[in-house]
Amino acid sequence: MPLQATLQPAYAIDHVHMGILPSPFHSRTSRLNLNQQWNEWNGFASAAYYSDAHIEYFSTRNTCGVFDVSPMRKYRFRGADAAAMLDRMVTRDVIAQAVDTVAYNVWCTDAGALVDDGTIFRLAEEEFMLCCADPCYDWFCLSAVGFDAVDITEISEEVAALALQGPTSCALLKAMGFTGIEDCKPFQIMRFAFASGEIMISRTGYTGDLGYELWLPPQDAKQLWDALFDKGALYGIQPLGDESLEMARLEAGFLAPDVDFHGSLHTVQRGHDHSPLELGLGWILNFKKAHFSGRAALLAQKESGNYRRLLKLDIEGNKPAEHSILYADKKCATEIGYITSAMWSPVVKANIAYGLVDAKFFKGPIWAEIYHQKELRWQRKVARCTRVTKAFWSPERARATPPPDC
Amino acid sequence: MNNSTQTFKSRYDAIVIGAGHNGLTNAAYLAKGGLDVLVVEKNDYIGGAAVSRELHEGWVYSNCSYVCSLLRQSIHRDLELTRHGLMIVPYSGTTNFSRTGDYIAEYSDHAMQYREIRRHSLRDADASVRYETDLMRYAKLIRHFLLRTPADPTSFKPRDMSEMMFMAKKFAGMGEEQVYEFIRFMTMSAGDFLDEYFENDLVKAMFSTSSIIGTALGVYSPGTAYVLLHHVMGDVDGAVGAWGLARGGMGAISNAIAGALREHGGTIRTSAPVQQIIVRNGRATGVALEGGEEICADIVVSNLDPKRTFTVIMDRNDIPADLRSKAENFKIRGSSGKVNIALTGAPDFPSLPGGHPLRHGSFQFLDSMERMERAYDDWKHGRWSDDPFVEMTQSSMWDPTLAAPGHYFVSCFIQYCPAEVAGGWTPEKRDAFGKTVIDQICNYSPNFRDLIAHMEVRTPHEIENEIGLTEGNIFQGELTIDQLMFNRPFPGYSQYRGPVKGMYMCGSGTHPGGGVSAACGANSAREILRDLKRPNVVPEDDVDE
Ligand SMILES: Cc1cc2nc3c(=O)[nH]c(=O)nc-3n(C[C@H](O)[C@H](O)[C@H](O)COP(=O)(O)OP(=O)(O)OC[C@H]3O[C@@H](n4cnc5c(N)ncnc54)[C@H](O)[C@@H]3O)c2cc1C
Repeated sequence: MPLQATLQPAYAIDHVHMGILPSPFHSRTSRLNLNQQWNEWNGFASAAYYSDAHIEYFSTRNTCGVFDVSPMRKYRFRGADAAAMLDRMVTRDVIAQAVDTVAYNVWCTDAGALVDDGTIFRLAEEEFMLCCADPCYDWFCLSAVGFDAVDITEISEEVAALALQGPTSCALLKAMGFTGIEDCKPFQIMRFAFASGEIMISRTGYTGDLGYELWLPPQDAKQLWDALFDKGALYGIQPLGDESLEMARLEAGFLAPDVDFHGSLHTVQRGHDHSPLELGLGWILNFKKAHFSGRAALLAQKESGNYRRLLKLDIEGNKPAEHSILYADKKCATEIGYITSAMWSPVVKANIAYGLVDAKFFKGPIWAEIYHQKELRWQRKVARCTRVTKAFWSPERARATPPPDC
Repeated sequence: MNNSTQTFKSRYDAIVIGAGHNGLTNAAYLAKGGLDVLVVEKNDYIGGAAVSRELHEGWVYSNCSYVCSLLRQSIHRDLELTRHGLMIVPYSGTTNFSRTGDYIAEYSDHAMQYREIRRHSLRDADASVRYETDLMRYAKLIRHFLLRTPADPTSFKPRDMSEMMFMAKKFAGMGEEQVYEFIRFMTMSAGDFLDEYFENDLVKAMFSTSSIIGTALGVYSPGTAYVLLHHVMGDVDGAVGAWGLARGGMGAISNAIAGALREHGGTIRTSAPVQQIIVRNGRATGVALEGGEEICADIVVSNLDPKRTFTVIMDRNDIPADLRSKAENFKIRGSSGKVNIALTGAPDFPSLPGGHPLRHGSFQFLDSMERMERAYDDWKHGRWSDDPFVEMTQSSMWDPTLAAPGHYFVSCFIQYCPAEVAGGWTPEKRDAFGKTVIDQICNYSPNFRDLIAHMEVRTPHEIENEIGLTEGNIFQGELTIDQLMFNRPFPGYSQYRGPVKGMYMCGSGTHPGGGVSAACGANSAREILRDLKRPNVVPEDDVDE
């Protein structure tokens, strides 16, 4: 039998885009990115820094900074079963979540291993938006099994988004004409008319300081950026790259996927994924609500108390404990864990880190073996680590409504 | 800061005279070490030369010091000054305008800095690497000694010997050739030093400016190379040589230290000028306030400059004659002025494109070291410079808490302005001095004058009268080699102990000298706790990493 193929001309095929993709703000971000320093995030160009990461980082603590979060993955869940479906998938109570609020959530396997974390926006009684750093559509479809009245759509490309973070963020939004934004409570959503349509503003963020995230159709993206930087000049606005955001999130006590935890679905080695309890997320496990994925396993783990702990550490000296192994003794004889994230905190003036420590050892002494380079030559030191229970940075203004000076 | 609700006792374990940032640091560590401490301050506000005041409604000024780099990070961390409200924000970009209409700027980005110097001289752009490396070598050396008590080189006490060894080791670590270079450097003029690296006048001018800040010397006077170093030995988050701003003005530093002091149980009493340190039977027993009230303590610490301490608040009969004459001869000449300005809009600098990041930075106006030397000549003749060197820092461009959006606070530091002028200072002369500063700025920013809502003009005369810095010398004593390390303030008195038992010094007049470092106060507290045989609570520096 002769082989048969229908040939399509090359132009008729929707080929993959070669190379890195521009976000809806790229024409603006690339202008400010003086040295063209980019990272790749979900295929999009994300600025590593714009001109000086140290200065940009401080805008989140001193004035305000803007981070392009458009490459984040966004999904819409719509339908009569949407709430129930999400409620079974994630660890917090979605049924009880009020319309126009946002909740940080995690979702786990039945074995209680963390798949990913993200934020759930309840946009209407039967409509939600879920945002997470990495693609998760397949897992959502698997999690919807048995729920017919839910329609899950990836809307990443339909929504452009910016995070505006820092103490002058509210005053700036107000000056831009978003009247009433000062009454927006943490994790609340407000909507305003903007450009060709509507902008959604949520009081959320990844810096631990006062801040908002702004969501709008991509065609209005540039206009938003220009309006922010036009008015923002008087409010000390700075663009933020990945480096400064990474610093801010660590001080704030937030986790980074594939840095502090390894998502269960792509974990090959046994035990290399994590439970939310290990990551200090016990506070978002709602064992009072109905069944959710991983509930039984997590409850058992919680009752046993026998699990690793991701600890916040304050480490003596000023050399970040990047990639360090942790020990129970200064001689480094008993290995008890490892550092996941580490940095010198410019605002707190402390050498901070997260360390994942074995169950048996998390209450005892902890030492980090640190390697650092001095004009190429490697130096080794063993530094005492002190456990910290609160976020390294958590200013009052982040919780106040209205925020100060607004 | 007011006392109204507080009652004060007549006896404390220790009294610190002066609520400058060093006095507060000293008191905080004494309190942390378990002592019942009182700080007495003559003004109705605290902070001394590290102070923020709202002299015109809606604008907060850093009235004296205005930028921060020397503050010991380990003290910030140890006293948890962030929790007490302190944030040090880095800033960058200094533009030095020339009369030709061009400028030279400093960028934090290495490649941009290189290209900027290259615009003026290819050779100098390359030489700047050599220059920065040499200066950094000295900075790294000197940084080891900031939070340490200088050894007494004439003493055979084990502690002094081991401190001498520490010092010798650090020096020797540089290698023989570098030791020679360093000794040469310490005695050299900044002008000669810069001439060894650079050919372009504007490049030299840019690098020279920090060599005369606060200093009654010219760029070509021996000893000014060290002053240059003094301004690059600090850091912001480990970036050695970088400068930052305290959010809320420099007073935020003093206020945060005061917060730590109070948390450790210490007390601050303002509007309480000390007339005299009381000495009985060869030991300090307390202080007498102006007005006669006496407060007792076994430990009395002076945050005042050494000249004022030993010639004003200590009786000549209570101290050795030799010390009195050392104090009288102490070099503490005033040479700087300060003009703080409230602006109602952003000044235009036509040489810089609109929106250029340099517009947020600091501005200086100097073509050549020669021009600086001429400004110094005026000072030598007892006049303020009529072509003054001005460093104009646009603090509120970086700090939203100083003025409303669209309003600006601008801090101007000026060399040179004498402590005495013929016929004495008058308000008219002060304002005439202020006018030279505004005129200088207006040469480069024509609309500047129209934006001024208020200004505070301070000559050395005002600085002396308000915060008691003798002759208005900003460092509590000049930073020349005869007054540094184990010679600061005087040979034999470098370990913070005074001439009578129980009396100590903790101001910038002691090692490691002027600037908002908190190191003098901390070092002094360490010595006091040691004399009291109490455990040390003062942290080590974290520079050697
Ligand atoms: C105009 C100016 C600009 C400067 N710029 C900078 C800068 O940008 N960066 C930097 O790092 N450094 C700068 N300096 C230097 C720095 O500010 C000082 O070296 C430092 O603040 C001194 O601190 P101190 O605690 O040692 O003493 P001071 O701040 O001098 O404190 C002494 C205290 O004692 C009080 N006092 C005096 N007499 C009595 C008495 N009889 N009884 C009771 N109390 C008394 C005074 O009121 C004062 O509060 C500047 C200084 C000046 C003046």
